[in-house]
Amino acid sequence: MRSPTSLLRDFASRRDFYAGGLMVLLGLGITLKGATYHLGTLMHMGPGFFPTSLGVLLVLIGIAIAGVAKSTSEDGSEEDQSLLPENPQWWAWFCILMGPVLFIALGSYFGMIPGTFACVFISALGDRTATWKGTLILSTVVTVFGVILFSYFLQVPMPILTWGGGL
Amino acid sequence: MGGRPVIETALSGLGYGFSVAFGPPFLLGFIPYNLTWCFVGVLVGNMVGVLPGMGPLATISILLPLTFGMKAVPAILMLAGILYGGQYGGAICSVLLNLPCHPPHAVTCLDGFPMTKQGRGGVALGVTVIASFIGASWGITEMIFLSPLLVKAALQFGPAEVCTLMLLGLLAGSTLARGSPLKGVAMTLLGLFLGSIGTDLETGSERFTFGLTELDDGIELIALALGVFGIAEFMNSVNQVAPINMRYTNVRLRDLRPSWDDLKRAFFPMWRGTICGSLCSLIPGTGPTIASFVAYAAEKKVSKTPEKFGTGMLEGVVCPEAATHSSIQGDFIPTMSLGIPGDAVMALLLGALMIQGIVPGPQLISQHPDIFWGLVASFWIGNVILVVLNVPLIGIWCKMLAIPYRFLYPSALFFVCIGVYAANNDFFQVGEVVAIGAFGYVLLRLGFHPAPILLGFVLGPRFEENFRRAMLIARGDIGVFVERPISAFFVAMCVILIGTQLYVRLRSAKSKRGAPPGEAAPIAPQMAPQRIPVTPAE
Repeated sequence: MRSPTSLLRDFASRRDFYAGGLMVLLGLGITLKGATYHLGTLMHMGPGFFPTSLGVLLVLIGIAIAGVAKSTSEDGSEEDQSLLPENPQWWAWFCILMGPVLFIALGSYFGMIPGTFACVFISALGDRTATWKGTLILSTVVTVFGVILFSYFLQVPMPILTWGGGL
Repeated sequence: MGGRPVIETALSGLGYGFSVAFGPPFLLGFIPYNLTWCFVGVLVGNMVGVLPGMGPLATISILLPLTFGMKAVPAILMLAGILYGGQYGGAICSVLLNLPCHPPHAVTCLDGFPMTKQGRGGVALGVTVIASFIGASWGITEMIFLSPLLVKAALQFGPAEVCTLMLLGLLAGSTLARGSPLKGVAMTLLGLFLGSIGTDLETGSERFTFGLTELDDGIELIALALGVFGIAEFMNSVNQVAPINMRYTNVRLRDLRPSWDDLKRAFFPMWRGTICGSLCSLIPGTGPTIASFVAYAAEKKVSKTPEKFGTGMLEGVVCPEAATHSSIQGDFIPTMSLGIPGDAVMALLLGALMIQGIVPGPQLISQHPDIFWGLVASFWIGNVILVVLNVPLIGIWCKMLAIPYRFLYPSALFFVCIGVYAANNDFFQVGEVVAIGAFGYVLLRLGFHPAPILLGFVLGPRFEENFRRAMLIARGDIGVFVERPISAFFVAMCVILIGTQLYVRLRSAKSKRGAPPGEAAPIAPQMAPQRIPVTPAE
């Protein structure tokens, strides 16, 4: 018989515990925010009725997910229970998320060419095998083709190259 | 309503469809415009289907922005082409590389790759193409005859029926899909919530916008799709893609030709798979993945030598592939005739139609016959193109596999950015993608499959609207859903669905503790998501 604390620790190390917890949190947030809108009655529903009920349901489902986390994973091992993958790729994740961020920042101030180049360049650096030269070539090629395709053929109204424009 | 008029309307509709598909002349005055886009979609889908790590969901979402400038017909023809073109490509990947990059083809690996190792991979692919074509043709035929009947029934539906039918679709889509049913329901609820963000249709008040005017029109469908199937998938796959074993990819054209004996052996499994797939497609929420697994299990049961399955049986390749294709075409039936998609891909296609300003539902076929019948005709043309193309192109697609992922994902990321920007010419939506992508990855890591989010998101606003209307008509009496017979039927189906899920769960929990699962164990554990080396986007 294990002590309650180790049982609790065991429970909290389960991925489903966090999965359920996240859903409960989300559901609570939705419910609380949704309740600030007019709820109305079943016959004349206000704008808050539907989202609030979704929030309540989400809380219940979240509790259920966390609740069965223990019982389903008793046989353990076969299912992946860790929160992080075996070898977390923080740098790669950062690069992938920075790509679109740079696209927004450079794209809105300087236009499509810098935005595209920076987006491809930074995100390509996330790969473990990336080299400076290969990344440079890739970003140049994608930029050239991207501008031709989207600016000339598809007429996306984004300036190709500006200075502090857009905003 | 006798049989004759049904057949007559179907035939005249089909004829009209072909005239739409061979629609307005385009290049040089004779190349049909609509068909060109169908061809592009099929080709791109076929190519991407071979590439690991790029599922049809990601591809369709990435190419969706390209269709904004098009008319509705070529747009939907192209996007649908990507879907079924990708299925032909997925088989190549499974058979030659043992990579189940797309879930429906996971089961094809079991016997396909052993055949490749015996040097019969070409034959497996050759027969698969034929089986796929037969499966697809059956699915299309079903679509032609069943859709008008369904529409006839659906036109009688009031808001209460529409509401419970959607509930059934959502429940089936979330619980029968991959992974834990509870988590699927949670994702559906999340999708429904995301769909309610923005201006409330009836009262005009803003919900969950937090004062951001950009959110008044709600979250952009493309931003959501590209966030969860694009960025989240890239984050999941980066530096995780194993090098591909290219040893068996040298397939020559004449290797593909099956012998007369092979064809005879494959004939009945082909038809059994086709029937299996079309039955599965009639149950809402059971997509091609389940169809292929069920078909494989059934074929093994029927076979005289079940112990040989897994060692390179032609039947084990042909049957699931035929099932996949017949199920995919069958999935279009509820999507097009009722406006209720069975899975995330269908939800995306429906979303693409909605972006074009087309209201999905039973009125679609009569109001936009060009879309429905054009689509049906393009399926057939597209499948013929695929049969002709797939064979000589297998070699080329295999060469594409040499493109490393480090070139693939940055380029795709750029397409994501520019595509979302082009939707509204607004950088705000690009920001949405980043946020949704990061959150989507967290969900993936916590074991959620994000596909039901899209289903809930697309159906959400219509579900709420019909729910409100039903309640208004019934004067707030929630009992209306079980008082009206058709609606009560749908509610009963929902109850049965939940009951079966609980039953299977309890039983598998019991069998885990007690006796080892015997021959009669439910198929459900087999259908659980497999550990796939490269994460598929479905």
